[in-house]
Amino acid sequence: MGSGTGLGRVRGLGSAKSGSHHWWLQRVTAIGNLLLILWLIFSLIRLPLGDYGAMRAWLANPLAAVPMALIVINTFWHFRLGLQVIIEDYVHGGMRVLTFGLLHLWTFGMGGFALFSILKIAFTGAANG
Amino acid sequence: MARNHARPLSPHLQVWKWKIHFFVSIFNRLMGAGMATVGVALFTWWLVALSNGPAAYESFIKCITSPIGLVFPIGLTFAFFFHLSAGLRHFVMDSGAGFELTANRSWAWATVAVAVLLTALLWLIIFARMI
Repeated sequence: MGSGTGLGRVRGLGSAKSGSHHWWLQRVTAIGNLLLILWLIFSLIRLPLGDYGAMRAWLANPLAAVPMALIVINTFWHFRLGLQVIIEDYVHGGMRVLTFGLLHLWTFGMGGFALFSILKIAFTGAANG
Repeated sequence: MARNHARPLSPHLQVWKWKIHFFVSIFNRLMGAGMATVGVALFTWWLVALSNGPAAYESFIKCITSPIGLVFPIGLTFAFFFHLSAGLRHFVMDSGAGFELTANRSWAWATVAVAVLLTALLWLIIFARMI
């Protein structure tokens, strides 16, 4: 540890005791992303992307809907952890608190819309427009 | 907030000498941030449009396949492949390997090469199928 009084160190620089867990989760979710996003790319290049009916039918299948839902969970978790570290490195003070709030809003807002859309298609089927 | 100014802040964008190792590391972070913002917005828009009906989906497809719109999927696939290869490089370095100067430099260049090649290959396949 650096110089300064013990109190000063605790106030400004004390470890939150969760750094290695955060670091580890980033690696675990990275492996998940590796598999999930490669699956998504291989799926998309074989699909007729402009064909609405065909895309609905694809996503209505659990074999597509479940990995898609897992992407929303795993990939969004991974990007939330990553953006948090960037904010911790470059944003300080009150702005940091505000940015963390926006990060949560972005992650859970976008995640909520994405997850709902997947489930709607999965539960209502391909034919339902 | 109490901060000991004798201690460095990380990472130091201004004082590092720009070399390929540093470039790959910071570019990896930039690509991740790009996917987390632009990529997530596009991904969510795609799903919401698909769940909303044919008209919404058609306008999404029209936007993303326009000449300007194509920049986004192409850019995002490059960002993904770069984040993937640079991420794997970090996995190796996390294990404590690959810190020798020449090895580190070669692997840093390799991550750039892999990302460019995979992106080019993917879009060659996509465009070949459209013809």
